[in-house]
Amino acid sequence: MKKKILIVDDEPNIVMTLEYTFKKQDFEVYIARDGSEALHILENNIPDIVLLDIMMPDVDGYQTLKYIKEQDSLKNTKVVFLTAKNKVSDIEKGLKLGADKYLTKPFSVKKIVSEVLELLN
Amino acid sequence: MNNYTLISIIICYLGVLFFIAFLAEKNSKSKWVNNSIVYSLSLAVYCSAWTYYGSVGIAANSGVSFLPIYLGPVIAAPIWIVVLRKIMRISKQHKISSLADFVSLRYGNNRFLGALITVVCVFGIVPYISLQLKAISETFEIMTDETSYVSKYIFDDSTFYIAVLLALFAAFFGTQSTDASDKHRGIVVTVAFESILKLVFFLIIGVYVTFFIFNGTSDIYNKMSMTPNFENLTKIDGLEAGFDWFFMMMISFIAVFLLPRQFQVSVLENNREKHLKQAIWMFPLYLLLFNVFVIFIAWAGKLTFGNEVNGEYFTLLLPLQHNNIFLALLVFLGGFSAVISMVVVSTLALSTMVSNNLIIPYGFLDKFIKGQPDKNSIYIKNIRRISIFCIIITAYIFYINFSIELSLYSIGLISFVIISQLAPSFFIGLFWNRGSSKAAIIGIIAGSFITFYTLVLPFTIEAFTGITDFTNHGLFNISVLKPYALFGIDFLSPPAHAFFWSMSLNVACYLVFSLSSKGNYRERNYAEMFVDSRNFSSLQDSALVWKGEAYVSDIKNVLNKFLGEERAQRALSLFFVKYKIPPNTQMADARLINFSEKLLTGSIGSASAKILIASAVKEEQISLVEVLKILEESKETIANNKLLLEKSEELSILALKLKKANEELIDKDKQKDEFLDTVAHELKTPITGIRASTELLIDEDDMPSEIKTEFLNNMLNDSDRLTRLINNILDFEKLAKGKHDLNIRQNSIKTTINYAIASVQQLAINKGVSIINDNLIDFRFSYDEDRIVQVLTNLLSNALKFTESGKGKITIEYKMINNMFEVYVIDNGKGISDEDFEHIFNKFYQSKNQNTIKPQGSGLGLAICKQIIEQHNGKIWAKKGNKNGATFVFKLPFN
Repeated sequence: MKKKILIVDDEPNIVMTLEYTFKKQDFEVYIARDGSEALHILENNIPDIVLLDIMMPDVDGYQTLKYIKEQDSLKNTKVVFLTAKNKVSDIEKGLKLGADKYLTKPFSVKKIVSEVLELLN
Repeated sequence: MNNYTLISIIICYLGVLFFIAFLAEKNSKSKWVNNSIVYSLSLAVYCSAWTYYGSVGIAANSGVSFLPIYLGPVIAAPIWIVVLRKIMRISKQHKISSLADFVSLRYGNNRFLGALITVVCVFGIVPYISLQLKAISETFEIMTDETSYVSKYIFDDSTFYIAVLLALFAAFFGTQSTDASDKHRGIVVTVAFESILKLVFFLIIGVYVTFFIFNGTSDIYNKMSMTPNFENLTKIDGLEAGFDWFFMMMISFIAVFLLPRQFQVSVLENNREKHLKQAIWMFPLYLLLFNVFVIFIAWAGKLTFGNEVNGEYFTLLLPLQHNNIFLALLVFLGGFSAVISMVVVSTLALSTMVSNNLIIPYGFLDKFIKGQPDKNSIYIKNIRRISIFCIIITAYIFYINFSIELSLYSIGLISFVIISQLAPSFFIGLFWNRGSSKAAIIGIIAGSFITFYTLVLPFTIEAFTGITDFTNHGLFNISVLKPYALFGIDFLSPPAHAFFWSMSLNVACYLVFSLSSKGNYRERNYAEMFVDSRNFSSLQDSALVWKGEAYVSDIKNVLNKFLGEERAQRALSLFFVKYKIPPNTQMADARLINFSEKLLTGSIGSASAKILIASAVKEEQISLVEVLKILEESKETIANNKLLLEKSEELSILALKLKKANEELIDKDKQKDEFLDTVAHELKTPITGIRASTELLIDEDDMPSEIKTEFLNNMLNDSDRLTRLINNILDFEKLAKGKHDLNIRQNSIKTTINYAIASVQQLAINKGVSIINDNLIDFRFSYDEDRIVQVLTNLLSNALKFTESGKGKITIEYKMINNMFEVYVIDNGKGISDEDFEHIFNKFYQSKNQNTIKPQGSGLGLAICKQIIEQHNGKIWAKKGNKNGATFVFKLPFN
């Protein structure tokens, strides 16, 4: 069965590169432009992993993560923060909230792929 | 009931009272002891046996005329808030311990005046106490059914033992502390307790008589209205009786302030001013409840017994008649309570006066000066204890010899009229600073003389000799001198008549002598303090005009004698610290003199305190010129103080400003941090896009060409975005440092606006927002076109950011006003929140209200606009009060 990935980011250019990459990796890719779109998708779908930006309009990455952690159906879903916020205090906060990985922008596409695959195995 | 049974009940009851008093003394700080209910109930010491038994007697014989005695206090109660509060404050300030102390202090610690007041009080109150003893004795007799209730031998008489027990009680709980101005919580709490008992028992008997013996109030009324003489019992006879009522109310009005026991509980025992607020309604309510059944009990008694028995004891006789001994016992205990509270508080108050204003200043002072401190304290206490015993024994002897035949009511009223003689010097002196000690003394003596002549003398002669010649024909048969009808005024009852004449003469003397003779400087100082009691505390220690010489060591010696060395030392060091006086000062000043007098006043009374301190002081009369000089100096001090106050206010304003500036700085710093974060984020975003796309383009050989093109286009956009951002930051830096030179030329504004629109057009189309510039007339004037395009572009992209896609509309308008050219950029977005309004033109400020949570842009746009417009000598602002959307305006000079 195809692995499912949800990419949540409000920058279309960045989303485009990630979408292309994971489709090539044979993932089923869902796209959300902000937190509230992500929540909408998560109501009906259970992705194996979520790539989550933090600074987004409306519902931000922290709130989205909180939602995922509260849902019983999403307890097997891994969450990876992918954000430009790279201060130590930010990273600590993200991991404390329960993210499985914290990756910073700008990123290497290969690195993202290997981290995601490692998490899923 | 058996004699011994009743005595044992009485002793048990007294035991309970001792226990309560003991508990209250032990817990004197507890809120159970110090509250407004206890205070209000203690005021009900006003209701003595006279109220308990006497009112019924009067109601039976002369109808409603018992009422004015209770209406006076009811009228007085609301006035307490003003008058009593003033008296309380003064008393607390000066550690006043008695009525005599209070009045004599007002007239400059006049020793003679204090003694005179004491004597008046003793003459007024001792017979009053004796009638309380009479009530005990007579009710005791009724209860035990003994025929002869006064034994030939004192030691066989139970009343004597009860009197001694009361004296013991008063002496024990009244002299716990040498300082008589200390509170006597034990006594006050028992009085409050007794006030509850007497009211409850009286109400019980009222209900019993009215509803159980008879069939309710209307039953009694109907039966009573059949009896002859009924008319006289229920109405007031015309104008003359009206005068009578008026004077009786005045007498009782005065009494509720000036009876020594009332002064004791209402002023001296009060420890919180606020308790007055409850007392002004609780006390009148208490009196009202007490009087509800009086008339019905009286009538019921009349209907039952006719005129055969003394109406004063209907309350006891009615239940006994119906063999209800238990109820009779309750009534007896209620009356007994009324007696105890009255006797104990009265003797306490009188004994303080007798010792502090009579015995100590006139006899024992020299002894004290020589004596040892610990012995002095014991002496003072003993003098007070002996006074208590003497007063009660005197009252007992008076009762044995005189008052057996007299009614409770008549003696009570004589007491009230005698005490009233203190009213002019007390009340007028509180509000009029001219009143002098000489006038007070003359007024009191004159008034007392008239009272004696018009009331005491005829009453005594009639009661003991039965001869009425004096009453009927006057002194030496001169009819204008008839004691009950002086100068032809024959329509008043004897007490009202005596009150009218004595009070008239008393007030007249007081006023005339006050106006004709000024008191000495000391007297006037105190008068000023009493009258102007609001500024009391400031006058108290500092402004008293005093000139004299005294050594601190002499004063200290005097204090040592009375307070003991330890207490004196402690008090003095406190004083030195409070007024910042070096403790090794040798010469005493006015403040120390006053302070020491106050310290001693509580123990030995103000008059004695003055004499004692004076013994250590070489006092001089002070001239008017000197007084004026001292006043002048204090005025200067006040002026200086004002200046200081202003300065310190200025300083605190400055400090506040500094604090605000500091807060702003911190805020700015925080904004700068946030700005750097934002810039970093903004720079990273396009770089992330470029980096990822590049990586894919390099690695993915099999990428379809249309995707390739798309990635390359993205990279191009991201690069442009980076360039714009960097330019913005640099622009801002340059503008901030004023390095940007303007390139001012004649330009067409319409063209300029179109340039700006063109630069954002693509963005607007993407978002579905229309930008309208349909101004018809073009204007040409001087400005830097590139910069103004930058301003307009900023404003337009802001507007785009805040408008909804698909529905947005942005309009540009312009017009000329007063040689200034104004340009409006109007959108229909979400508008500007109040919180943003102040800050939007600040650099680094990012609205929290954007359509996106992620701040877009650098936070520099509007700040840059502002700098550009100001460089043109123009102005930019956002219009307030727009409901739909935001409007930004800038104006430029038109030339």
